[in-house]
Amino acid sequence: MAWYLIRRILQMIPVFFGAIFIVYFLMFATSGDPTAALCGDRGCTDATKAALEAQYNLDQPFIVQFLLYLKGVFTLDLGKNFSGRPILSVIADTFPNTVKLAIIAVIFEAIFGVLLGLIAGLRKGTWYDSGLLFFSLILISIPVFVLGFVSQFVFGIKLGWTSPTVGSGAPLTDLLLPGMVLGGISLAYVLRLTRNSVAETRDADHVRTATAKGLSRRRVINVHVLRNSMIPVVTFLGADLGALMGGAIVTERIFNINGIGNQLYRAINLGDGAMVVSLVTLIVIVFVLANLLVDLLYAVLDPRIRYA
Amino acid sequence: MSTSTRVETPETAGATERTPLLELRNVGITFKTTTGDVEAVKDTTITVMPGETVAIVGESGSGKSTSALAAMGLLPSNGRVSEGQIFFDGEDITHPSRKRLEALRGREIGMVPQDPMSNLNPVWKIGFQVRETLKANGLPSTDADVAQALKDAGLSDAEQRMNQYPHEFSGGMRQRALIAIGLACDPKLLIADEPTSALDVTVQKQILNHLDRLTDEKGTSVLLITHDLGLAAERADRVVVMQKGRVVESGPAQALLQNPQHPYTQELVRAVPSLTPEDIGAEDEGAAADEIVSIKDLVKEYKIRGSWGRSTQFRAVDQVSFGIRKGHTTAIVGESGSGKSTVAKMLLGLEDITSGTIEVNGRDISTQSGKEWFDFRRRVQPIFQNPYGSLDPMRSVFRTIEEPLRVHKVGDVASRRQKVHDLLDRVALPRQLGDRYPSELSGGQRQRVAIARALALDPEIVVCDEAVSALDVLVQDQVLKLLGQLQEDLGLTYLFITHDLAVVREIAHDVCVMESGRLVEVGSVEDVFENPQQDYTKHLLDAIPGKDLLETA
Repeated sequence: MAWYLIRRILQMIPVFFGAIFIVYFLMFATSGDPTAALCGDRGCTDATKAALEAQYNLDQPFIVQFLLYLKGVFTLDLGKNFSGRPILSVIADTFPNTVKLAIIAVIFEAIFGVLLGLIAGLRKGTWYDSGLLFFSLILISIPVFVLGFVSQFVFGIKLGWTSPTVGSGAPLTDLLLPGMVLGGISLAYVLRLTRNSVAETRDADHVRTATAKGLSRRRVINVHVLRNSMIPVVTFLGADLGALMGGAIVTERIFNINGIGNQLYRAINLGDGAMVVSLVTLIVIVFVLANLLVDLLYAVLDPRIRYA
Repeated sequence: MSTSTRVETPETAGATERTPLLELRNVGITFKTTTGDVEAVKDTTITVMPGETVAIVGESGSGKSTSALAAMGLLPSNGRVSEGQIFFDGEDITHPSRKRLEALRGREIGMVPQDPMSNLNPVWKIGFQVRETLKANGLPSTDADVAQALKDAGLSDAEQRMNQYPHEFSGGMRQRALIAIGLACDPKLLIADEPTSALDVTVQKQILNHLDRLTDEKGTSVLLITHDLGLAAERADRVVVMQKGRVVESGPAQALLQNPQHPYTQELVRAVPSLTPEDIGAEDEGAAADEIVSIKDLVKEYKIRGSWGRSTQFRAVDQVSFGIRKGHTTAIVGESGSGKSTVAKMLLGLEDITSGTIEVNGRDISTQSGKEWFDFRRRVQPIFQNPYGSLDPMRSVFRTIEEPLRVHKVGDVASRRQKVHDLLDRVALPRQLGDRYPSELSGGQRQRVAIARALALDPEIVVCDEAVSALDVLVQDQVLKLLGQLQEDLGLTYLFITHDLAVVREIAHDVCVMESGRLVEVGSVEDVFENPQQDYTKHLLDAIPGKDLLETA
């Protein structure tokens, strides 16, 4: 187990550095003069320009810039964005909101996806099963912005059940609807994955043996069907948590949530390279950690993995 | 259905005073499929008296497992008992309530399933799986109780072993764990569904002996399901023969074996290799034919990764030397893990040779260039054990057989078509079968396709790795005869890898016996079988099921 853990952690290192390098390279080495965007149409004086270049290390060769940036990452000194705020404090303000949103989404999709998928899988081939599969297919085919705007309009404006946008500080009650929208499509995937996995496990030899031992039907399902079926589902959920924490751009825009996605959208529009690279680096870290979590959960769920 | 008239069959004869423990009375079992209802079991009557061992024998699809599973309410969800009645200890359990069924399972009727690899839940420890059996049936389930159940099933160091997972167990150990589960609650009846078919003969013998002793001590009745008539006759008091969902014959084991009445039973008795040894394949003139393959000091080592990345060398094949005579059949026998398949894989060039040499027609194969390997593969072809796995499910039979011809650019489209048709004729398959896919074929047909594919390039040497082990006795007999015929017609050389000594006796001319990577005995079939020199060989020969019956018969 320890060896498995160490190998997984070692494997994270090249992924981490590789991803940061690619993003940094794309932002700084291929775009034009980064200061031009900051100075606007009127242009800056040469002195201001030189000062800016020194501040962002633009006067250094690319590889030195990159190494200085890496140093910043490890000393938690990410520099300032275009509006002059330290990037770290922007992240500190916005990241918790995104995390809250992502966790609501994952809990929502996990609970309902697994529950509905389990019922569908156990009743494979019935009307109930077909109905749920049809429902999930529709959910998958709706783009997230349609789902977002429609539910904002219906539940937020028409019915007035919840606030249509998320207020400052992002209270949990305001985040419920955006979280469900964000988790909606993944819910359909979780449902299908669970359903197939359960339907397959249900007919496995070891489940028949468990039944033959005289176990109650409830125990057979909870201990022998569900646990074994959860292995692919947990993989999906873990990877999805990473994706949601980094990628809720559309949902955060619709519901006006002050999160990472919203900041990233703004930074890309402004051409704020330092901000983009820092945010993407954060997303990479989240992704890599989420995958590590999946691998660990995998080992917990499936003892055969521990010794691989 | 009238239940008042009971026909005096061998089942019910002499059973009038005592209540049978299990009675299937004129049972029919129907499966709902997309193409309509299929009656898998028809009008089947089977009786098991207290303390008795009854064997149901038949090929796959004969309904033998289905009948037994119906008694435990374990039919797949699309199956149901459509007629007749099932009694357990006098109580009608044809359509019991779920509660009654749960009470019945484990406590009254235990089960030992067929495949030890797939019947334990891989994510729970062995001890956990035994413990929940005890718990569910209201028995004490302390660590000591769990360990005792495992010990009773013949598992050594049960206290440590119970904390391990199924994947840390060998097949034999898993089967013992399953026996422990089946017998944990002292059931009155044990249904053993092919309990040892997946195991080596020697392990099979140990486990069956152990099962016999346990059920004798506890007075448990056993319903043994098997395709092996030799095994059934050796272990059971009475044998029931099933074919196509019906009981065709039943009676005391010895009588049935010595004097089979029904044509199907007669056919089965004839086909059991251990009961009627016969010679298949080219006549052995005894003259020293040329050695087409000569193997010298062959060694194969694998690296095994230990904890913390340490690795150790494991010798799978250790200093093995023997020759294969042209036009003859050489068999390598041994238990699983003896290294016999590794030798075959090295000859096929599928595994690297660690040291030693394999010479084919005087040429050392390890020094061949890529081009030479390509030509070499035309001359040496494999047939593998599992015809379900070795054929590509997405390719039709025709394309499967044609592929090697295309890869080696033999002939044009028309001549290849002709060649495939000739091959289908040769393996006695109708030409129309070419359009079918493997999933539409029976096991025997698939293995014939695999043989046709192997013969497509007119090879000199065919390596059969457990080529008939997965087949039913009758089909196995047919495939062996086909292989023998092909050898006579085409002068093929076979290297036959198997754990089944009865098969070896039928088809092989020379035998190599392997144990833990070493060659322990080499000789002609007659010498090895009549006069085995090594204890290990004697041990293997003793383990052939039905052997004693053959000698006393």
